[in-house]
Parts: sequence; structure tokens; C-alpha cells
Amino acid sequence: MAYTDDEILAGLAEIINEETGLETDAVQLDKTFTDDLDIDSLSMMTIAVTAEEKFGVKIPDEEVKNLVTVNDAVTYIKNAQS
Amino acid sequence: MMLDGKTLLVTGVLTESSIAFHVARLAQEQGATVLLTSFGRTMKITKVIARRLPTPAEVIELDVTDEEHLAALADRVREFAPDGLDGVLHSIGFAPEGAFNFLEASWADVSTAVHVSAYSLKALGVAALPVMKAGGSIVGLTFDAQFAWPVYDWMGVAKAAFEATNRYLARDLGPKGIRCNLVAAGPIRTTAAKSIPGFATFEDSWDGNAPLGWDVTDAEPAAKACVALLSDWFPATTAEIVHVDGGVHAMGS
Repeated sequence: MAYTDDEILAGLAEIINEETGLETDAVQLDKTFTDDLDIDSLSMMTIAVTAEEKFGVKIPDEEVKNLVTVNDAVTYIKNAQS
Repeated sequence: MMLDGKTLLVTGVLTESSIAFHVARLAQEQGATVLLTSFGRTMKITKVIARRLPTPAEVIELDVTDEEHLAALADRVREFAPDGLDGVLHSIGFAPEGAFNFLEASWADVSTAVHVSAYSLKALGVAALPVMKAGGSIVGLTFDAQFAWPVYDWMGVAKAAFEATNRYLARDLGPKGIRCNLVAAGPIRTTAAKSIPGFATFEDSWDGNAPLGWDVTDAEPAAKACVALLSDWFPATTAEIVHVDGGVHAMGS
């Protein structure tokens, strides 16, 4: 079953909350992982592998650096499902 | 199978691109039971990746710079491997960013690089000794430290110390029946390598200089050499460095 954009955003927000302690409300589509959410590269890797498990997709290491905003991640996961 | 019935402790599994991940995978395919180590913030990633091995592996907490972790290692291993270890893979290295500027690096940065990347081989070997069986094998991963490389700087010095540490460890553990060897791999695009500023400098030239060619995305050749050295098929080899670099180490410019 494919996840909707809203479900992916909510799932990512939970993963980010668990990794960084950030409130789930702070995880908005237009936020950047590095500058807005202050997520470092190691946390980003943790979020990526956890998202792989949660959504049943593959996010190669070299793609992680291209995920600048939360929307980038939601779009990537949505496309990777199909 | 090369590692039938053997139990190995594998450090350094961070992602599926880690050389250590491929060592663990191949070792399991060759019949070994594998225990992984990780620590701190990387523990969570390692636990997820451990489930992606052919057989999900247990993960033991070990920071090789933490004396308490080192002192507890043997007991932690015994929890999962009561009969002890046949081999240990050391796949650990770290240098602060400042260590990659040779003339400007501080001693604080250099000492961290040497502690984590060189001294840790001795620390790990001694910590594992109480549970190592005679005939056991310790294998580490180096990047040929005979030369001054672009951008590698104090990490290159730390690797030279690492290679010397391997020789002394081989001298002192040989009488206990334990072999110590290194694999000098060519550049491989792992997470650790990508964190080195200017890593692409290596990538660009290696393939052309290697008689066998070189694929920076393929960790399996280096991993196979590690598995071979962890097996019983190098029974009289210790203090050695096996180059898995496409042949670059033996070429002129």
C-alpha cells in the first residue's frame, strides 16, 4: 500500500522527533534539514535508514545529500514507493 | 565453506556501503557467526543495518577509546559467543577535519586521529584477547601509508602508525597463536571516505593507474581479502599487509 504525502510527512516527523527531540509540528514541508531543523549528517543518515524501514523504500547514501528540504524527502519517498 | 563454525567480531558497520558490512555479509555466507560493534549515536544505524545481513547480527556496544567498554568487551562477547572468537575485524578510523590540513593541524586533532585510528588496533586486540582462540586472526583495514597522498595528511600519518601497530601486535600475539594482518584497499566510496575532504582526488586517478582497474563503488574485493585472512587459509602469515588496490602500489607514476 502506497503512503500518501500527508502520511509520509507525519511518519518523517515522528522519526525526526525520535532522533532529535524536535516537536513534530516543527517538521514542515518547506523546512530545510540543515539550516531550519539543525539536523547534522549523522542524524540525517539515521533518519534515512529509519525511513527506509518505515516506508519500505531504498534511499541510497548518495541521494541523502540531495534531500535539502522536508518536501524533497517526502517527494523522494513517494516516488520510490512506485 | 571458508569460515564454517567460526565466530567473528566485526567493527565498523555503519551503512550497507561500509567495507565491514561486506565482510560481515561474506563471512556469514561462508558459514561464520558474526557479532557487530557500534557505539553512541551510530548504534541505532548499525542495529538497523545489522538486520539487513543474511542473518541478523547482534550488536555489542564498543567505543575503542573508552576504557570501560574495552574492559567489558570480553564479557559482552561471551554473552553471545560462549566459546569465544576466531577472528576480529578492525574497521575503525577517524580524524577531525583539522587533521586534513597538514601544516595547520593541532596536536589535539592529530592525537585524536592516532588514538582512534592506530592505537585502537592494540586496544581492540588486547580487549578481545581473553576470548580469542588459538589460531585466531585479527584483520584491519589500512590505506597504503608508504606514501604522502593528496588531502590524506595526518590520517596518512595515523595509518603509518596503524601499520606499525599491526607489526608489533603480530610480534606479541604470535606466540599466543594469533595472526595480525592488514588489507590495504584502494579508495572505496564509503560513508567514512566521503567524509574526507577532497576524497574525489583519489577516485579520479586510481582507476587509470591500476593494471586491473579499480571500481570505487565495489567494496567486495577488499572484503573478500579480509574474509580470506580471517579464515584458516593464511595459517603462517602475520604482520603482513595485503594490497587490494588493483595493483597501484607496485606501479610507478
